[in-house]
Amino acid sequence: MAVTKVVMPKLSEAMETGKVIKWLKKEGDRIQGGDILAEIETDKADVEMEAFGAGVLRKILLAPGDRAPVGSLIAVIAEPNEDIASVIAGAPAMAPAPGKPTAPASTPGAISDRPAAVPPQPRSEDPAARQPAPVRSPAGPGAESPAQNDIRREAPGRAAPVMAPVASAVQHAGGRVKASPLAKKVAAQRGVDLKVVQGSGPGGRIIRRDVEAATSAPAAAPAVARAMPSVTGPEYEDRPLTQIRATIAKRMPLSKAPVPHFYVTSEVAMDRAWELRDELNSLEGAPKISVNDFVIRACALALIQHPEVNASFQGDSVRVWHRAHIGIAVALDEGLITPVLRDCHAKSLSQIAVEARDLAERTRARKLKAHELSGATFSISNLGMFDVAEFSAIINPPEGAILAVGSVRRVPVAEGDEVKVGRRMMITLSCDHRVMDGAMGARFLQTVKRYLEEPLRLLV
Amino acid sequence: MAVMTYREALNLALREEMKRDPRVFVIGEEVGLYEGAYKVTQGLLKEFGPKRVVDTPIAESGFTGVGIGASMVGLRPVIEMMTFNFALLALDQIVNSAAKMYYMSGGQYNVPIVIRGPGGPAHQLAAQHSQSMEVYFYHVPGLKVVRPSTPMDAKGLLKAAIRDDNPVVFIESETLYAVKGEVPEDPEFVIPLGEAIVRREGRDVTVVAYMGMMYRAMEAAEELEKEGISVEIVDPRTLRPMDAGTIIGSVRKTHRAVVVEAGAGFAGMGSEIAAFIMEHAFDDLDAPVERVTGANAPMPYARGLERAKTPSKERIMEAIRRVCYAERS
Repeated sequence: MAVTKVVMPKLSEAMETGKVIKWLKKEGDRIQGGDILAEIETDKADVEMEAFGAGVLRKILLAPGDRAPVGSLIAVIAEPNEDIASVIAGAPAMAPAPGKPTAPASTPGAISDRPAAVPPQPRSEDPAARQPAPVRSPAGPGAESPAQNDIRREAPGRAAPVMAPVASAVQHAGGRVKASPLAKKVAAQRGVDLKVVQGSGPGGRIIRRDVEAATSAPAAAPAVARAMPSVTGPEYEDRPLTQIRATIAKRMPLSKAPVPHFYVTSEVAMDRAWELRDELNSLEGAPKISVNDFVIRACALALIQHPEVNASFQGDSVRVWHRAHIGIAVALDEGLITPVLRDCHAKSLSQIAVEARDLAERTRARKLKAHELSGATFSISNLGMFDVAEFSAIINPPEGAILAVGSVRRVPVAEGDEVKVGRRMMITLSCDHRVMDGAMGARFLQTVKRYLEEPLRLLV
Repeated sequence: MAVMTYREALNLALREEMKRDPRVFVIGEEVGLYEGAYKVTQGLLKEFGPKRVVDTPIAESGFTGVGIGASMVGLRPVIEMMTFNFALLALDQIVNSAAKMYYMSGGQYNVPIVIRGPGGPAHQLAAQHSQSMEVYFYHVPGLKVVRPSTPMDAKGLLKAAIRDDNPVVFIESETLYAVKGEVPEDPEFVIPLGEAIVRREGRDVTVVAYMGMMYRAMEAAEELEKEGISVEIVDPRTLRPMDAGTIIGSVRKTHRAVVVEAGAGFAGMGSEIAAFIMEHAFDDLDAPVERVTGANAPMPYARGLERAKTPSKERIMEAIRRVCYAERS
């Protein structure tokens, strides 16, 4: 069996470094291909890292909480008798201090160090499936000391459980929140505040099913009123950047400074779309459709009609995309994440509704797969739920445009000589001037507006 | 694959290993002419002769010492305890000589012996002959301890024990000698020491149990299936070294665990496994680990009291329901 180098995987386009949140296996554990080795925090999400080889996890080279460049060696899987010293010696300098910038080391060759997946070892009660065990012939008498195989193996570098959010929730409660360790872990992963969860175990203990029930009904958790700070307390606190916030801080100036933005705004009459949505949502068994789903569908169709907006600036050329992969901004407490809904032009309204909801839920649960975080050709940011009339968004390079969507408001509108109440929504397109001009953006916006104002077009 | 009893499987393992390796011999009370108190050594004297099947006086400390000495100069004895409770008389030889010789001689002498015989509760053998003897041995560094639950395991593990270069305590059971099961006839079929087995797959709870308790847990699992509780049963087979990976792997899947042992619970195998699960799978637990153990009392002779002392199917089921937070149906 070969020695398997476990390297920091590249889990998204923008990923340069990754942090081990927690090792799920420890040194000495037997690993089969496909086992989850660790949770990795990338710039966008927490992703589970699978083992690509089988053997024993011989060495962990990156401590939980530490960061390493993509492609660098973070652990070694091998059989117990294999020499791994040379592999470890060849590893680059390890574990830069957290917070210190690390040089991007994403060489494509580093990833190919990972050997092809090894099939899991047979695990069967059927002795026929079991390899006949080799006769023990230790090098010398008693070479194999029973103590070596003993139950009490040291577990160096054991990961401290990531429980910070839980701990703070418990402190707030005044009384102790009783929850099983698993419930705490699941709550931390999903960002659930245990204070607002009703426990169904003995003595009101919160167990996993309670946390799961709480996450499946997100509306149930009310916003907790914040206590008014006292006048004698500290004047400020420095909050360390979350991984997401750090990425946004790094990437947005890379957009706003070099990308010459211009903005085109339009008002859309949403009366008919509103009625149609009510009608669709009253159909039994049909998925619930949101205003944003209408906007996604309208943009997807408009992008195919106006490919010059569905385009990326490449220095000496402009890449025009033939498919509409739309990034949908999802707000989390830690920052903004834009998962990608692929091929929106080829999806029906209800398909978009189902998939967008699933994507948003998994984003909040931080359960996205790496490929769902990259590859958008256009993005939509909707602040409608915050009662925002209109705003403008910053383009997420290499995309060429982003649409900022305000709320649907009831406003007085002139109809002939009369004033009536109508539903209106402001949309603002931010465009990369290197890719397109004002007229192109305006025409695209006009098409989006027409789709939304004549929403039956979205259904045919 | 042949169907045979647990007793026959042990006998076959002995015969195969004695044929394979001329250094292997059997020693103990009534192992030769009488062919073993439980007939495990049946036919061996006739087949291999009195030099390799040695009857001894009633002197456990003496013949265990003879075996240890023989092993130090190159032989591989299999020492039979008529019942493992008698091994208490040889405790000094086992704990102070066999287990420590390799260490104290600086690696000059190892002690490749197997000490085997029945132990644990049986049918009205009373206080002195019903003890779960493994607890006296797995505490000792330098000893391996095996408890095989099925005929297949009895054969495969006894062969592994004989081939092992360390002293191995191999405790069978009076109540299992007549149990029948499939046993591979391949003379090279060996089950490595230190490998647990998942006897039954399930989703909701892991039950760790061996020997008679494993069979009782199986019955409990079948009944609980009707209540919608899916029980996974892990049989450690070797108590030391213990297969941590299989047990922890199962608990990580089910998030709950019950450990069953026949002996009294205090500082027993259940304590050890429960602590181990807590140390290694704390964040995966959705409920505290439960132990189901024998009562803290000497084994009574009276049949009804004997039943009351030993964990019953009902007690195992109750513990499983508790860790699953399930109402009794």
